Amino acid sequence: MTTGKYEAVIGLEVHAELKTNTKAFCSCGLSFGAIPNSHVCPGCLGMPGTMPVLNRELVEYAIKTGLALNCKIAEYCRFDRKNYFYPDLPNGFQISQLDLPICTAGSLEIETQQGKKTIGINRVHMEEDAGKLVHQGNIMTTPYSLADLNRAGTPLLEIVSEPDMRSPQEARMYLEKLRSILLFLGVSDCRMEEGSLRCDANISIRPWGQEKLGTRAEIKNLNSFRALERAAEYEIKRQIEVLEEGGQLVQETRTWDEDRQVTLSMRSKEQAQDYRYFPDPDLTPIIIGQDWIERVRKTLPELPDQARERLIKEYNLPPYDANLLTMSKDVLDFFDGCVAEYKEPKAVANWVMGELTRLLNQNNMEIKDAKISPSSLAQMLKLLEQGTISGKIAKVVFEEMFATGESPDKIVKDRGLVQISDESAIKAIVEEVITGNPKVVEDFKNGKGKALGFLVGQVMKISKGKANPEMVNQLLKEELSRR
Amino acid sequence: MGLMDKDIEKLAILARINLTPEEKETYAVQFNSILDSTRVLDELPTDVVEPLIYVLPLYNVMRDDEVRPSLSNDEAMANAPLHEEAKFKVPRLI
Repeated sequence: MTTGKYEAVIGLEVHAELKTNTKAFCSCGLSFGAIPNSHVCPGCLGMPGTMPVLNRELVEYAIKTGLALNCKIAEYCRFDRKNYFYPDLPNGFQISQLDLPICTAGSLEIETQQGKKTIGINRVHMEEDAGKLVHQGNIMTTPYSLADLNRAGTPLLEIVSEPDMRSPQEARMYLEKLRSILLFLGVSDCRMEEGSLRCDANISIRPWGQEKLGTRAEIKNLNSFRALERAAEYEIKRQIEVLEEGGQLVQETRTWDEDRQVTLSMRSKEQAQDYRYFPDPDLTPIIIGQDWIERVRKTLPELPDQARERLIKEYNLPPYDANLLTMSKDVLDFFDGCVAEYKEPKAVANWVMGELTRLLNQNNMEIKDAKISPSSLAQMLKLLEQGTISGKIAKVVFEEMFATGESPDKIVKDRGLVQISDESAIKAIVEEVITGNPKVVEDFKNGKGKALGFLVGQVMKISKGKANPEMVNQLLKEELSRR
Repeated sequence: MGLMDKDIEKLAILARINLTPEEKETYAVQFNSILDSTRVLDELPTDVVEPLIYVLPLYNVMRDDEVRPSLSNDEAMANAPLHEEAKFKVPRLI
């Protein structure tokens, strides 16, 4: 997008729900889609007299994430109460971290068209999620709301970037990279559509060369990469228009309206929020020694950047392929599993990024829900290499493998999909086609190149796609030159 | 300087309670008396003392990540004045 004499400045606040077994401060299990208010206890319902006890795994996940994001891990951190009244927050406060967060001063790298760019991470802190409110219709017209507190107390990491992004595309790349790091770490499912990864964007504009940041708007309700990119584009354009028309920007919270593709002001009564943070007296400070940090460091898995390097160096894959294959841990595992059995990485990459991704998207599925296994793709590629099946038939076999999870050998056998490489059998079809299409043969003789393609197509059709395409081409040419 | 009328009003708004003018006056007096009684601390020389972040000699009190039984939905709803579809029924709030 063009921003004329203005530069866009974007920072993101990302909330990731962690996939621990239990909530942050009580022993209720986490749930998604369970019976409402069935994963609750006196603690997360905010009953008087209950005390929070911190889940050790939450701290471990936070340290892990901090290390993966090149952060400094605090030796000493603590929890604070953020006070506000809302029916999805039974305690009347959210347990969060204000001035002593667990991780600070980190960064991650994105790959822009101008090369690598480092985006600073201001902080990562631990907090608890609120419950869910259900309205009838929208919140402005509903007569009352219904509260489901299953989600209340779910552990969250809030990851706050520096305002280092300069375009909607960079913001998207940052979020994609952050998501892949969290997925590789295995700390969150990061399902944006289900709300286990949520993103708010702080967006402002300033004249090129000006150091001082402009007045920012915070955009909420961005639940897909696309929404983030579109909302940022819209918001930058809106802010430029306000300034160009001689208006003034106000610092405000806006929401992205997906249906209308606009951001809308959420300003209600202009009562500045006052959360009256104070240290939570019910939770002890957390002291993190070097030994704890080193122990967690040893558990760090391969991260997207390292995997990307490996794919480029060891397998000689183009950076584009390496980027796509390392967007998610599950995709990379599938790829690695397949390459272990069929040592042609580029061929495997093409099938994973092509047919597999196409079918996953078409069925709105994640790779780990798919029936097809890395091993079966490897077997199929071997059949293709041996010439047992043609490239065209391979796609048919692959779709069947995807749909049923059957082995390629069985599919090829059951459906009689073995490639015809018998010269006499193909020759018979070739003759049949040439005899049956005198007009096209005439066209070919008159130099119409397209005519050959038509004849090849006819042979493939009669052979139900099973004829070896190279042999068909060769035999057709031979036969035509003889007439 | 003690708490003013507008401070009391702000606290009332944050606490979501309505106060009559008389109540505001009563609370202003009470708040100020509480604040006055702690004000003696201001007289102590604290610039050489390291700030105390937590008063108890405890740290790293944590539990293992093991699920324990939650309440049933019936139990969770037992004290709720209003509920519907297994959820707490609450006023609309913007």
